[in-house]
Amino acid sequence: MSGPELSAQGPVIPKFQEGSECIRENGQFCWGWFQSNFDTVFAPRIVEHMELTGIAVGLGLVIAFAAALFAYRYGWFDTPFTIFSGFLYTIPSLALFQLLVPITGLSWTSAEIALVSYTLLILFRNILTGLREVPGDVKEAARGMGLTARQMLLRVELPLAMPAIMAGIRIATVTTISLTTVAAFIGAGGLGQPIFNALQGGFKTQFVASGVLAVLLALVADGLLVILQRLLTPWTRGRSRAA
Amino acid sequence: MKADQTSGDAAEIVFDHVTKLYRGRQQAAVNDLSLVIPAGEICVLIGPSGGGKTTAMKMVNRLISITAGDITIDGKSVKKFDLTELRRNIGYVIQQIGLFPHMSVEGNIGTVPRLLGWPRQRIRDRVRELLDLVGLDPDGDGKRFPSELSGGQRQRVGLARAMAADPRLMLMDEPFGAIDPITRERLQDDFLRLHKEIRKTVIFVTHDIDEAIKMGDRIAILRQGGILAQYDTPEAILANPADDFVARFVGADRGLKRLALRRLSEIELLEAPADARDGDRVSADADMTLRDALSLMLTSGASSLVVHDELGEPVGMLTVDVVSRLLAGGFEEVRA
Repeated sequence: MSGPELSAQGPVIPKFQEGSECIRENGQFCWGWFQSNFDTVFAPRIVEHMELTGIAVGLGLVIAFAAALFAYRYGWFDTPFTIFSGFLYTIPSLALFQLLVPITGLSWTSAEIALVSYTLLILFRNILTGLREVPGDVKEAARGMGLTARQMLLRVELPLAMPAIMAGIRIATVTTISLTTVAAFIGAGGLGQPIFNALQGGFKTQFVASGVLAVLLALVADGLLVILQRLLTPWTRGRSRAA
Repeated sequence: MKADQTSGDAAEIVFDHVTKLYRGRQQAAVNDLSLVIPAGEICVLIGPSGGGKTTAMKMVNRLISITAGDITIDGKSVKKFDLTELRRNIGYVIQQIGLFPHMSVEGNIGTVPRLLGWPRQRIRDRVRELLDLVGLDPDGDGKRFPSELSGGQRQRVGLARAMAADPRLMLMDEPFGAIDPITRERLQDDFLRLHKEIRKTVIFVTHDIDEAIKMGDRIAILRQGGILAQYDTPEAILANPADDFVARFVGADRGLKRLALRRLSEIELLEAPADARDGDRVSADADMTLRDALSLMLTSGASSLVVHDELGEPVGMLTVDVVSRLLAGGFEEVRA
């Protein structure tokens, strides 16, 4: 049951009678098996996982950004959107996936709708807070110098909100990477898939490896975002040399 | 500093029966204010809080709208200008400075020239020139972020940023208010020196009467409700306060404040006594202010001072009598 043509579609569940001693004993983690099956069992899932997460955070960012800009200009919009996104955020993920199945099916679309919903609250709050915390004196000086509303947004408000926005993106990304494992429940793929399969078969190595890989993916993504944030906000480093 | 650095001339500003009434409030913030600010002068707006001084200033660049009346810049109503263009041509300095924390010093100063679409090289040259003008180091300070500067340096950058596109008018809202007294005095002196060379029209808001007397060519004193109490030169206001409010506002020591406006070299002294070179005599330099000279007499217990020129030659003698006669008679006649 370990032919390459099969492993391309589903994970490898070894027969415990075969293979190394570690596999026969179903040990916590069989390094040899992990190494020889990484390319077939895990690599495609990692790519799927990154796609699911990337698209969810990307779409979430677009929606939250538009909503936050609107709420920044028209304050009344803040509360209803916060309640709406907060409501989405509190729905248990498995329940939300299940709720969407009758509408959008056992599909990638259902998974993305759910994942995007979970990013909205974090991203919206962070973008809006970032914009609102731009110091009043900076905005007054900018207005006094004749910046138009658009120039103000692009040259002053968004750059200064960037640390808060990036913080939101980091939280949303890490949360989504973790949530995406649950998306396999409705067949959307990702690192959750080998976990589900391993749960059914009881194969510990596959189970542990998928979990560790998801955690590593989250750490790497967070690290890359930290680097991006540093590049985008050079002024936040090396502060206050003079009194 | 080269003379051709600042080619932009200054503008004459006229407040013509300007009133500002905020919705839902009984009392006007600015009430029927009429002022003529001659081109190239520093006009200080001063008054208690609630006097409308900042409101009056912000109506010039339309950060606050005018309810009634008009403000003109060289005869053209501020309402007739395109808003963006109006503001880009008026330098604006505020107490909190409001530097852009995400831009370097160069980026901050170059803001308006960039908006105006100046070529890159011209902006770079102008920024260096301005850094030099306000007493910062064009090589060392330009690349730094505002968070790396001291309060005084930040306000110098704020000043440079406001002057970047060579505006004909500058609005300064308590620009040195949040700065420690020693640095403030240096900034005031530097700005006065700068102003002598660039001769912009400046509207300067402060609540500090000493600063007003020092900085202003003219002072407009506003009282509660935005009513103009007096508009004149510092010396005229100190010599002849229009009413009790102004007299109280400038302080009971207004005589001393007047003395601070005059130097020994500018008044008629008594003839130097024969024993002027006697080491026991208390002496003063001719560029000392009358106020400091009086203080010196009082602290040293001497009834007279021998005044020296910069070469140390005695040029005359000052007594308390001379000082009080000056204050009673007014300076102008004595100087004549």
